[in-house]
Amino acid sequence: MRNVWSLVKKEVRAYFGSPIAYAMMFGFLLLTGYFFYSLIMWFNLQAMRMAQNPYYAQQVNINEMVFSPLFHNMSIVLIFVVPLLTMRLLAEEKKAGTDELLYTSPLTVGQIVLGKYLAALFLLAVMLGLSALLSVFAFALGNPELAPWLTGYLGLFLMGAAFVAIGLFFSSLTENQIVAAVLTLMTLLLFLLLNWVSSLGGGAAWTKVVSYLSFSEHFEDLTKGIVDTKDIVYYLSASFFGLFLAHSVLQSRRWR
Amino acid sequence: MIEVQDLTKRYGEIAAVKGLTFKVEPGRIWGLLGPNGAGKTTTMRILTGYLPATAGRARVAGHDVFDEPEAVKRDIGYLPEVVPLYQDMTVAGYLGFVAEIKQVAKARRKEAVDRAIVSSGLKDVRRRLIRNVSRGFKQRVGIAQALINDPRVLILDEPTIGLDPAQIMEIRELIRGLRGERTILLSTHILPEVTQVCDGVVIINEGELKACGSLDELADSFERTDGVVLRLRRSGAGEADLFRGVPGVEKVSVDGSELRIEWARGRDHRDDVARLALDKGLGLREMRSLAGIEDLYMNIVSGRSAQ
Repeated sequence: MRNVWSLVKKEVRAYFGSPIAYAMMFGFLLLTGYFFYSLIMWFNLQAMRMAQNPYYAQQVNINEMVFSPLFHNMSIVLIFVVPLLTMRLLAEEKKAGTDELLYTSPLTVGQIVLGKYLAALFLLAVMLGLSALLSVFAFALGNPELAPWLTGYLGLFLMGAAFVAIGLFFSSLTENQIVAAVLTLMTLLLFLLLNWVSSLGGGAAWTKVVSYLSFSEHFEDLTKGIVDTKDIVYYLSASFFGLFLAHSVLQSRRWR
Repeated sequence: MIEVQDLTKRYGEIAAVKGLTFKVEPGRIWGLLGPNGAGKTTTMRILTGYLPATAGRARVAGHDVFDEPEAVKRDIGYLPEVVPLYQDMTVAGYLGFVAEIKQVAKARRKEAVDRAIVSSGLKDVRRRLIRNVSRGFKQRVGIAQALINDPRVLILDEPTIGLDPAQIMEIRELIRGLRGERTILLSTHILPEVTQVCDGVVIINEGELKACGSLDELADSFERTDGVVLRLRRSGAGEADLFRGVPGVEKVSVDGSELRIEWARGRDHRDDVARLALDKGLGLREMRSLAGIEDLYMNIVSGRSAQ
């Protein structure tokens, strides 16, 4: 575990030593901020209108009208941001020849993969943490429910963690960071589209399988404050699968 | 300290290393020689646990490379062909990271970094970013990185490549200074480096062992004759005839502006040859030993053995 920790520290330092981390966070926070702002404005307008009618007034819900769509938008932004976060993880080491140092030090392939993964997760957590500061305004000036907000962020983190594992896998395949980023982006978009593909099937049995595989399908409940084991298991197993693939690639490369 | 037995590495159909067997005694510096593509880097990568072998065994620092790779990796220092540097780290920061992953105990880490910095002559650049130091310093950082865990065995893949002559001398001096407590295997293209630094050599070509031993041993087994190369004021057929008359001299040939004078191995006619040149007033300009490492190497690599 100490080995993993050394690697995590080095990776996190490398992130903050390069412009990538800052550019990525800036982009993510800018977009999140914009979505938050426009949703709040829209919510204000709606709330004022609905307040005129006692029946509708009871249905004004900031969680449903602001946070739920905000989380959905953020998950789309993550699809574009995570590939930038993960592309350098293994590809850069290979390109620079520094992988030879890692493989000839007493680190196992598992420790290398885990160290890289945890470092990227840390960055993801920092990014999501900063975006959570926006919500302070909503909590200070309104009274949203805390639980759906927390589960929404849990969902974003779990989904991001799965994205990171997939990005790590593609970074293990190539020494070209651009290729790694593009392949990751394509794959994540594909998983996003699965939800839409399944809606074309008109309820056939295969559509259930396809929609189960979709990232966004499992996100829905979490943004509403419902924590279903099925969804948690889905994201965790996607992470495991990505890490397993990355581990296999690194291991096999050395045995070729 | 380094024992290699029947080591073979195949990449698909192509065999990069074929049945290599050699041994380096503790405390010695050995050179690994061979043309480009001979399998030097592959051999070193197997010894350091970067690549697995297809067949054969290797023991480094008392551990089997394939059974206990982690133990081997902890006890050796390795400078790869491409120095593995993180350009955005400072020299000291980088060495600290290597000390961590090489599992140097936390209490001794700072001391280990300081020691590597001093012994590699990096004091002046320790706070600089690696990307901003000169090539010579980068190479030194590579050597410092290999020394960080105070290894008993050092494996250096072309430690002086790409350096200017003054830097080459410094690095050689540095490596010579490590002699004694450490076993060192280094690969190189520069043959004089071997005579200056190494106690013995392993010569490989096309993945096969061609020769292994100390330089004297190799000369004894691969060269039948010994001799000198003479440069005189004028070196022609007339002068050559004069030297043919020296008792014991077997062969004299004119090689451009030099004379090549050979006699049977184990004898020494250098004094006789020099005396003749002076007595006859031939204008002796230069006299050097014939059995240089270059000739020896070319003979061994091209497969010509004792004629």
